[in-house]
Amino acid sequence: MAEWFAMNGHGLYIWGSFGMAAIFMIAEPILVRNSHRTLRARMSRMIRMNAGSE
Amino acid sequence: MAINWFKYSSPATFYPLAGRLAVWFGIASVLLLVVGLYMSFFVAPTDYKQGEGYRIIYIHVPAAWMSMFIYFVMACWAAAGIIWRTRLSSMMALALAPTGAMFTFIALWTGSLWGKPMWGTWWVWDARIVSELILLFLFIGFMALNSAIDDARRAARASGVLAIVGIINLPIIYYSVQWWNTLHQGATIKFSTQGVQSEMSEIMLYSMLVMTFACWFYTIAVVMTRVRRIILEREGNSTWVKEMLQEER
Repeated sequence: MAEWFAMNGHGLYIWGSFGMAAIFMIAEPILVRNSHRTLRARMSRMIRMNAGSE
Repeated sequence: MAINWFKYSSPATFYPLAGRLAVWFGIASVLLLVVGLYMSFFVAPTDYKQGEGYRIIYIHVPAAWMSMFIYFVMACWAAAGIIWRTRLSSMMALALAPTGAMFTFIALWTGSLWGKPMWGTWWVWDARIVSELILLFLFIGFMALNSAIDDARRAARASGVLAIVGIINLPIIYYSVQWWNTLHQGATIKFSTQGVQSEMSEIMLYSMLVMTFACWFYTIAVVMTRVRRIILEREGNSTWVKEMLQEER
């Protein structure tokens, strides 16, 4: 197992590459999804507040 | 049955469609990523010249292809926005830019980590690498210009012109390894009138293509979600947004 991860001495370069890509490609969808949801929730709240005050 | 495509050029009808597309392409992308990574690490054989280090190709080349492809699509949407003044086109261009910049960065980063063991250097001012770096600056410039101008229509026009002019960089990136004889190797897969020629073994090629489609579907899923946020931001005061948000209570 450890031998496989070492990738014949190229482990640092391979996992450095795939690791960085993984960080970005996991973080980006989460951040984008959250920012859409937060905005949508905030707008819903505003509409509810406005409806309540009328 | 003919589909009325113009129906979907309106943000009100596109918003729910984008939500469904994001889900389906997101699922497809995860499945393809699992298959692609399995093929890249367990099925594809060790390279006779570069050993295991060559496996960086399975993220490097898809990321580099995506960076150029996303830029092209982004510039097309920006051009459509300028020509037909359709609101959704400019929103699509804006939604594509961050993901394009991300893939450009991944292409440069993985290239650097591949260059060290193979060429003995992290970075070199080679034509291919420099033109890819310029692509990153073009993406960043496009986003910066968009956020610097408050009026959305003017921002779309100004940044759209930048995006269109920047297209000139795409053939430069693509042909750089032919025009200038520098350190970066030539294309492993060549697209020409004679068809597609590959210097890789078939299994390596298929692994790379699966990874490319995974990145492609990933991009569609993320961009669809981002464009939904941009639509809400820009159309917040319109009746359809208010009605939609009221209905879900």
